[in-house]
Amino acid sequence: MQLAAVGYIPDRDLATALWLMESLRRPLLLEGEAGVGKTEVARALALAHDTRLIRLQCYEGLDQSAALYEWNYQRQLLAIKAREGSDASAVEEHIFSEAYLLERPLLAAIRQAKPAVLLIDEVDRADEEFEAFLLELLSDFQVSIPELGTITATTIPRVILTSNGTRELSDALRRRCLYHYVDYPDVDREARIILSRLPGIDTDLALQIATMVGLIRKEDLRKSPGVAETLDWAATLAGLEVRHLRDEPETVHETLMCLIKTAEDKSRMTREVSDRLIGRVA
Amino acid sequence: MSLAIAAENPLGAGVRTKLNGFAHILRDNGFVIGLAETRDALAMLSGHDAARPSRLRPALKALFCGRQSDWQKFDEIFDAYWLSRGMKSATRISGAPQTTPQGLQSLAAGQRGLGDSDQADHVERGEGSEVSETGRSRREGASRTELLSRTDFRHLTQPEDLAAAHELAGRLAMSMRARLTRRMHARRSGQRLDLRRTIHKSIAHGGTPIELVRRRRKDKPLRLVVLLDASGSMSLYSAVFLRFMHGVLDSFREAEAFVFHTRLIHISPALKERNPQRAMERMSLLAQGTGGGTRIGESLATFNRWHAKRCIHSRTCVMIVSDGYDTGPAENLGAEMQALRRRCRRIAWLNPMIGWQGYQPEAAGMKAALPYVDLFAPAHDLDSLKALEPYLAKI
Repeated sequence: MQLAAVGYIPDRDLATALWLMESLRRPLLLEGEAGVGKTEVARALALAHDTRLIRLQCYEGLDQSAALYEWNYQRQLLAIKAREGSDASAVEEHIFSEAYLLERPLLAAIRQAKPAVLLIDEVDRADEEFEAFLLELLSDFQVSIPELGTITATTIPRVILTSNGTRELSDALRRRCLYHYVDYPDVDREARIILSRLPGIDTDLALQIATMVGLIRKEDLRKSPGVAETLDWAATLAGLEVRHLRDEPETVHETLMCLIKTAEDKSRMTREVSDRLIGRVA
Repeated sequence: MSLAIAAENPLGAGVRTKLNGFAHILRDNGFVIGLAETRDALAMLSGHDAARPSRLRPALKALFCGRQSDWQKFDEIFDAYWLSRGMKSATRISGAPQTTPQGLQSLAAGQRGLGDSDQADHVERGEGSEVSETGRSRREGASRTELLSRTDFRHLTQPEDLAAAHELAGRLAMSMRARLTRRMHARRSGQRLDLRRTIHKSIAHGGTPIELVRRRRKDKPLRLVVLLDASGSMSLYSAVFLRFMHGVLDSFREAEAFVFHTRLIHISPALKERNPQRAMERMSLLAQGTGGGTRIGESLATFNRWHAKRCIHSRTCVMIVSDGYDTGPAENLGAEMQALRRRCRRIAWLNPMIGWQGYQPEAAGMKAALPYVDLFAPAHDLDSLKALEPYLAKI
């Protein structure tokens, strides 16, 4: 599996976890701070396997009709009208058939001809009931629709779940999944990420940026900058044709808004602080 | 199953035993590992792909870890087991509750007293003629209850009084929880149309939706987060309140509890213990202070930073039980209260000292915190605890 070829630089542990997920056919649960690139893993995995990425974004109150399937009510009503007068049970059988079924992500994921990558994003935001339902789906890979019967998976998707830890997930779900804690990339890996995403950038500058961001993450901020922010900042600095961070502390400080996202952090990241950090970047 | 593994597994018995031992050690360290995980690990080891030793650690890590805390502990345990390196911080969880150290017994003395007096009561009732005896004891109980419910906790010096107060607190919590949950059911009235069922029913009428089927939207359950001051100045109150918390929190499906003195300690896991005595023991063990004042502001900061995101949702009430004597700077406390205020629905501050005559919130910390508090109420006797119920019901 060539994740690096599709622009994702995994660390060794993650690569092993993905390999294990492949061989054991278990879902993989990724946890970590916002912005460390959890969602990106699924995207890269889909690219590497040249398959569809099906994403289910979880939220409070997410229910089966939004996640699994829903009947197409408008068409059903039309069909009933069109068949007015005919036998009621025949109409019923007709309108609760496959043609009136709307696939939602989970159902779509198990009905692909080629195994898809199913990304269940921020599963901690969904309610506990939904989590229980998900668990059932992930172990059986079949769905029962009362009007239609049981639908068995044509292919078993590769499942990736992500969690930001807004709610404690159940032990049952955790046991079902392989686990990987995604941390912020180390300086070297982050520099490689920058280089792979912004091929035009100077290698030395990429390394400086990665070092600087690493230092900023160690500062006591409400919201640590994620990898996406790093890339934004790198693109900005490259666009402004900065060669060396130490040469242009002013520009560095002014463009820090790419990384700092709250007023409180902004007031904490004063010019003195940014200069001090620049000084520590080799 | 183990036979099947043995049959199909080319691995030697030695490796299997060693792996089982490893799973065992991990379980002792609080990992949740079932048979399926061990089986998968064996399957993986026997696969030709995994023979690479560099892969063994990350593979077992992905397989056996379930949460971040596991993730952080794993490497050290792995090294200790497979590479025979010394282990410093990994601790075995004692499964047996009776291994409580001696020092704890004094902490939970009130609880033990409760158990004893309970038994004595039964014996007494059993001995005499049934009608008169039970009648008498009930009368006695009633008047004692009445007296106790208005006694400031700090005046409860006799062990039996303390035990009785504990029991009353437990019972009070129980009755409150029954009423609170009932009210929550009754208020669920948000209505939406259930299109699927409506269409089902309308087929017979040629598609005209005559019978509308409605669906109720489920209410988010009220979540309670309690922060209890366990410093020296509060010690006379915190014991009874811990017991009360155990009772009430047990009722809320979603509840979190913390105690703080010089630092913040998460005690929810101890609250899940059903047996109140064991729960109290575990909580007192966790809550043991190191002395050196109360850092309310700092503890709140810890809460805001590390726990608030997980603990607080839109229907959360944060309840702080403290006398407001903060040894840290008052501005800190004010700022953290403000941050907390932005996150949650209600903040209730229970201060036992309100029950004292002529109390004014003079402490600098208390003054700084007050603007952000929705309910500032006493919590010095059982009656004042009872008075909380209508407030909780309204959130």
